[in-house]
Amino acid sequence: MAGSDRPQATIGAILGVFLRLGMASFGGGLPGWMHREVVRKRQWMSEESFLAGIALGQVLPGPNSVNLALYIGQQLRGWPGAAAAFAGILGPPFLFILLLALLYAWGAGFGGMGVVLGGVAAAGLANSNVVGIRTARRMRGIGPWAVAGGTFLAVGILRWPMIPVVLALAPVSIGLAWVQGRRDA
Amino acid sequence: MPERLLALVLVFAPLSLVSLGGGPSIFAEMQRQSVEVHGWLSDAQFVDLFAISRAAPGPGSLIAALVGWQAAGLAGALVAALALYVPSSLLLLAIGHWWRRGDSPLRRVIERGLAPIAVGLIFAGVVTLLQADGAGWREVATLLLCTMALLREASPYLVMLLVALVYAGLQSGGMIGA
Repeated sequence: MAGSDRPQATIGAILGVFLRLGMASFGGGLPGWMHREVVRKRQWMSEESFLAGIALGQVLPGPNSVNLALYIGQQLRGWPGAAAAFAGILGPPFLFILLLALLYAWGAGFGGMGVVLGGVAAAGLANSNVVGIRTARRMRGIGPWAVAGGTFLAVGILRWPMIPVVLALAPVSIGLAWVQGRRDA
Repeated sequence: MPERLLALVLVFAPLSLVSLGGGPSIFAEMQRQSVEVHGWLSDAQFVDLFAISRAAPGPGSLIAALVGWQAAGLAGALVAALALYVPSSLLLLAIGHWWRRGDSPLRRVIERGLAPIAVGLIFAGVVTLLQADGAGWREVATLLLCTMALLREASPYLVMLLVALVYAGLQSGGMIGA
C-alpha cells in the first residue's frame, strides 16, 4: 500500500531487508527492528498501516514476527513481496538452527553439554513466561482468567490434545469477550 | 521415509492454524506428538532441541525444523518447517485485505477472546517442558530469575548467554554433575 509519495520497494530490496532482519532476530523484539527499517529508515509504509499489521499478526496464528513480515511484504508488493519477506525472515534462522543442531550432534559425545543446555532451556522458557504474563496483565474480569486456567489445566496438567481443547474454548471465550464488550459499552 | 514426511505434515500443519502468538502456545502439543505419540525423539532430546532453538535467531517454533530433522533428516526439517508456517501464512495473507479496512468491533472481540486461551497454552508449554526436562530446583530458580530479568527489559540473548556461562562454570568447577 505504498502511496505515490513513498519510495517504491523492489522485490530485491524487500528480500535484502528481511534477510538481515532474519539474522538479527535473536530472542525477539523483532517488530521494533522492522519498524526502524521499514517505516523510519526507508519510509516504505505509514505508521498506521504498520500498527494494523502488528494487531493482525498477533490475533492470527503463526509467529508474530513472521506474520508481520508477510503483511509488510504483501502491502508493499503483493504475493511476490510476501514471498520475499517470508524467505528473508525464515531462511537464515532455518539454516542457522540446522547448523547448531549439527554442532550439537557432534558435541553430544563430550557429555555435560546436556546440563548447560538444561539451563539454557530454563532460561528460554522465561521468554514464554514473559509473553504469558504480559498478555495476562491485560485480562479483565473472571471470565478470561477462568478460560486461561481451564486451557492450562486441560493442556498442561491433564495433557489433553490441544486442538480440540482450543476448538471448544475459543467460541466460549470470544462469546465472553463479546458480552463483556456490550456491558462496557 | 515418505510416510514419515507425511506424518510430519499431519502433525505440524494443523498446529500451524492454532499456534496463537507463535511457538510458546504449541510447545506442549509438539512435545506430546513427537515424543509420546510418534516416538521420533526422547524427552531429553526434545528439551535439548528446545534449548538449541532458543539459542538460534528466528521464531521459537523453528524447533519444528529440528524435530523434522530428527524424524527424517534434511527433507524432514524442510517439510516440518513449511508445514508449520505455510498454512498460517496463507490465512494471514487471505485476511490481510479485509483486515486493513480499520478498527472493526468484531476484530477487537476476537482479539480479546483469543488472548486468555493463548495465556493458558503458553503456561501449559512451560510446565510441559519443565517436566520433560526433569527440571530440579536449580532449573526452576533459573527460570524464575530469568523471568524477572526479562520483565525488567533485560536482553534475552544476554540472559541466555549468562546462564550458559554460569552453568558451564559451575560444571567445570565440579559443582554440578552431568
